[in-house]
Amino acid sequence: MKPSVAEIWTWLDEVPDPEIPVISVVDLGIVRHVAWDGDTLEVAVTPTYSGCPATRIISLDIETALHDRGIGDVHIETRISPPWTTDWLSEKGRAKLMDYGIAPPRAAGGPECCPRCKSTNVTRISQFGSTPCKAQWRCADCLEPFDYFKCI
Amino acid sequence: MSDDALFEFLCRMGDNTLVLGHRVSEWCGHAPVLEEDIALANTALDLIGQTQMWLGLAGEIEGKGRSADDLAMRRDVWDFRNILLVEQPNGDFGQTMMRQFLFDLWHLEMLKALSGSSHDRVAAIAAKSVKEVQYHVERSGDTVIGLGDGTSESHRRMQAALDLLWPYVGEMFVPDHIDAQMSEAGIAPDPGELRATYDARLAEVMTEATLTIPDSGFAHKGGKSGMRHSEHLGHMLTQMQWLQRAYPDATW
Repeated sequence: MKPSVAEIWTWLDEVPDPEIPVISVVDLGIVRHVAWDGDTLEVAVTPTYSGCPATRIISLDIETALHDRGIGDVHIETRISPPWTTDWLSEKGRAKLMDYGIAPPRAAGGPECCPRCKSTNVTRISQFGSTPCKAQWRCADCLEPFDYFKCI
Repeated sequence: MSDDALFEFLCRMGDNTLVLGHRVSEWCGHAPVLEEDIALANTALDLIGQTQMWLGLAGEIEGKGRSADDLAMRRDVWDFRNILLVEQPNGDFGQTMMRQFLFDLWHLEMLKALSGSSHDRVAAIAAKSVKEVQYHVERSGDTVIGLGDGTSESHRRMQAALDLLWPYVGEMFVPDHIDAQMSEAGIAPDPGELRATYDARLAEVMTEATLTIPDSGFAHKGGKSGMRHSEHLGHMLTQMQWLQRAYPDATW
């Protein structure tokens, strides 16, 4: 018997993002569509940044996870439209990012507070950071630099 | 509109991002401070990612089985369709950032217009890329202002960079028969229509940067038509394509 699509979503929610392993690929909002087409499982994945080297690994990880659950026939489609937006990050994912030390994205264009000491006295170091999805910020109170998951 | 013209247009978009992406990546490990190194590497990465989409689609439209990698690595100078600006050498950090800003400002307006393209896949690539390019132009614009309105030495270098690169700006806005076919089909804007917005924003940033835009309309041309690239592109390709030239079809 084929597993239900709802069950597959819960499995995918256990596949970690390779760069930020505290959140899943579902938290990240890049899994856009899961459906059976006969005996083939169709999965649509939307890349975060067009040059992000993690994208290929993510597709491979999804395929491996589904194979491990006994689904042999998986077709992964890379879907670029509509483009990925940080609005698709789950609430659960946002909270996990904060706990991990990465300030979650905000429409205001900067972090709400320092993920370590929660001070709101923060300044931007650079629009770019250690991965395409992050910017570098600094807390003016605890003086620690931190990553901000930038809004796109 | 012929598929040949669309292929040509897509190569222009993809070759611009490819050549500039490679140029910017030359800074990796060499930028003046770590944050700048990271910013440049990220910019290069975005541009290479966009290249994969543009040249991937170009290969599909051409229909001869060429992939994005084939187009990037198995063509020589005369087949490249990038504008002359992006193949110019990096120079110092200020010159690199000036080149980046002059390109980013055009790139942003071009992608905004292409987001409304009549060609669905062109529109999708543009809508994806425009989000990344907004960060590029913010970064390069801030840096041009910071260095232009900085010390007397940084100001002198930024003015020299603007004077050097200014003759390469015009090519972005000069339409030809490919552009005419694209705009007629609603695929891409007439490049000349982007100039007013470009000039207005450029003037704002250069005023804030205390830099003077040269009083000359002269434009070097021949990059996007492929007729006359500058000598720099061939040298760059010897580096970028070295592996595929030495070991054709090599894989990891």
